[in-house]
Amino acid sequence: MKHIVKILSMVVGISTFWIGLLQAAIVPRSHTWLLPIYFVVSLGCYGLLMVGTGLMQFPTCPQEAVLLQQDIAEAKDFFKHKGVDVGSD
Amino acid sequence: MADVKERKGDGKNKYSIIIPTYNERLNIALIVYLIFKHLRDVDFEIIVVDDGSPDGTQEIVKQLQHLYGEDRILLRARAKKLGLGTAYIHGLKHATGDFVVIMDADLSHHPKYLPSFIKKQLETNASIVTGTRYVKGGGVHGWNLMRKLTSRGANVLAQTLLWPGVSDLTGSFRLYKKSVLEDVISSCVSKGYVFQMEMIVRATRKGYHIEEVPITFVDRVFGTSKLGGSEIVEYLKGLVYLLLTT
Repeated sequence: MKHIVKILSMVVGISTFWIGLLQAAIVPRSHTWLLPIYFVVSLGCYGLLMVGTGLMQFPTCPQEAVLLQQDIAEAKDFFKHKGVDVGSD
Repeated sequence: MADVKERKGDGKNKYSIIIPTYNERLNIALIVYLIFKHLRDVDFEIIVVDDGSPDGTQEIVKQLQHLYGEDRILLRARAKKLGLGTAYIHGLKHATGDFVVIMDADLSHHPKYLPSFIKKQLETNASIVTGTRYVKGGGVHGWNLMRKLTSRGANVLAQTLLWPGVSDLTGSFRLYKKSVLEDVISSCVSKGYVFQMEMIVRATRKGYHIEEVPITFVDRVFGTSKLGGSEIVEYLKGLVYLLLTT
């Protein structure tokens, strides 16, 4: 099943539940009307939270740049006498 | 059972490493050296797909062939810049390994991670092992705050919309079983990094077993290339395309 179909079925399912809530009036209707808005806003907040925490915990590796320079020097050294031209570009 | 039958007589796996290049005169030599350094007891071949680099990349590859052997380093060039997807397809045609590794030539992908890719695949019998920069043990160097923000935002959006099953969607340091790569690549049509996303999303949809290993990514190019508005638009268009067609 295509992914979009999965998502649309979920949306349809949630909408049916919401309409059911409206009709049954278990929860006061004024609250029920606002539920979709609450849902979208919470989804947005969740997204922002994920971006924010991800940004704070973004893995960095400054030592890798140093190690890379060492590897480059080692490689250049190896090639100097082996007929491979590794002069600067 | 089928795996055992496919292997060569001595039971060892062979890995074909496809490296598309364009103007990587210096980096190609460095990366070849590092691959040989880190894969000492592994049967592999390096397939360089060069798109007619004007800087003499192919001459350097020929010098490397002289040093390491033409059976270890294959030069399969093309006349001009024809794009990444077709470069992989072109390289695949000449690959004689059971597994294919794709990686970048600019040293942002370090060959020292190749053993961990191989080990992970052998442990789990995964169809695809993909490198991820975004988990503990991985990382990125050379990005400023803005770049990290766009990357993180893009990732959250893609995770929410696509449920891709991997933490790093745009990464291009991956190990595939050869038959799996052939299958997935035939159904992909995007270009650029959206192509990398499409590959992994389609693989997830097809039910292939995908594992991840942490990798570090040293971006030496970012200072010179900008991540502008048009890249963001391309990315969003790519997301919508993948949302609707996978």
